Amino acid sequence: MENAKHWRLRRQRYALVGEVCPHCQEKIFPPRDVCPECGEEAKDLFEFSGQGQVYSFTKVFDAPTGYEDSAPYTLALVQLDEGPMVTAQLTDVPEEQIQVGMPVEMVTRKLRSDGDRGMLVYGYKFRPRAA
Amino acid sequence: MSTENHPGSSEVWIAGVGLTPVGEHWEKSLREIALEAITAASADAPGLRPQAVYVANSLALALTGQSQLGSLLADFAGLRGVEAVTVEAAGASGGAALRQAYLALRSGAIDVALVVGTEKVTDQAGPALQSALATASDSDYEAVQGVTPTAQAALMMRRYLHETGAPPDAMAGFSLVAHSNAVGNPFAMYRRAIKPEDYGRAGMLSEPLNLYDAAPVADGAAALILARSGALSPASLVPAVRIVGSSLAIAAIALHDRADPLVLGAAERSARLAYDQAGLRPEDIDVFELHDAFSIYAALSLEAAGFAERGQGWRLAQDGEITRQGRIPITTFGGSKARGDTAGATGVYQVAEVTLQLQERAGANQVDGARIGMAQCLAGTGGTAATHILARSEGS
Repeated sequence: MENAKHWRLRRQRYALVGEVCPHCQEKIFPPRDVCPECGEEAKDLFEFSGQGQVYSFTKVFDAPTGYEDSAPYTLALVQLDEGPMVTAQLTDVPEEQIQVGMPVEMVTRKLRSDGDRGMLVYGYKFRPRAA
Repeated sequence: MSTENHPGSSEVWIAGVGLTPVGEHWEKSLREIALEAITAASADAPGLRPQAVYVANSLALALTGQSQLGSLLADFAGLRGVEAVTVEAAGASGGAALRQAYLALRSGAIDVALVVGTEKVTDQAGPALQSALATASDSDYEAVQGVTPTAQAALMMRRYLHETGAPPDAMAGFSLVAHSNAVGNPFAMYRRAIKPEDYGRAGMLSEPLNLYDAAPVADGAAALILARSGALSPASLVPAVRIVGSSLAIAAIALHDRADPLVLGAAERSARLAYDQAGLRPEDIDVFELHDAFSIYAALSLEAAGFAERGQGWRLAQDGEITRQGRIPITTFGGSKARGDTAGATGVYQVAEVTLQLQERAGANQVDGARIGMAQCLAGTGGTAATHILARSEGS
């Protein structure tokens, strides 16, 4: 069981809470406490809007343990409007409609399941942005 | 030239290499495969007994449930009393282990070292194997989203094709050359050439990445015996090969944490450090064993090591520049694509292969007149890169 590991990350998984550097204003996600831009300490929390666009995408058929039930699924790199990029699945969209540059928004969905008695892990995915 | 090569400091030589066939070795265990490589390397370097063993491995914990490989393998090989440790950096483990051995020899703490890369992959398959391979990604922010190495390479490849406007078969040349070179390699997993139409017909694994863009992950082991100048036998029958550049560099482990996901920053820095130490430039390299677990990495590695501008690496494959007769021969024994991808052991295979090239022991795979060679291995999407430049001793 990995309860503590997933609980610890709840703010990132459910609300895209990252950081903003008080020294250079760089927006940081995932949080890393040391600004990748200026190297100074950066622990001020910052909630991202969840808006972004598709940087790249592909489909996963050969899924790892815990993801077999959702295969095949679409995996993407999403560039958030505030700057950082995240790795996330795309959802609620037919494969043929996905394009590089497509505007997307964050939603909360089930990421993995460890069998009937195992835990369910929820987190962010992205879907086409409502017009 | 950096101070690392200052006169009087001890030089590090490759005194012996040992290779084993890459494949699905159901009948052999991790320790047995490793022993084969160690025995072969020892036979290649008679009279040299290692004082320290550096094991390169990345998957034993996940797939075999085994830690302490240093002690396990050294003991199994009858090397009792030596110092031994495992070096893990996913797909860069081989180069990372060699780097540690190199530093120990350069420091003068030891005179002879053994580097053995070993990987037992086929005891697991399907989701369990994919999970083990995904440990090279960021567990909290990549693996949790269900990434696999295949999918991550596909993400890079799609963006690369999108940005460069390269054709869908831009990467075909990497696969064709690797397979063609593997025909002459007795240790290769797939010893058959493929045709351009085979590439065109191949099934998609993760679009736009097809079956021939991906290297098969398999079992294998390779070993190197390294020695300081004073310990090397003057009576050696083969030309001496010296490590003239050695480096390891890192980048963010997660693809999304890199300023430009299409630039292999660790590979770039690692190559530059190795060039600087050796006092060499890309045009001095006669053979380059690079990271080709997926074809996109071959293109990006050529760019990172200074053989092509950003977005142009694929053209070297299209233009025949990467064949054994070309400007910069790569994957001369088949690379991970056709020799087989042995994960953490791959970096050791690469250096053994470069050594054979420089010693004119490459047989059917010989690159004519090769005197300087480079090997570079990467971890995951490029979070770690280890580079070694080898030179055949003048006058030998």
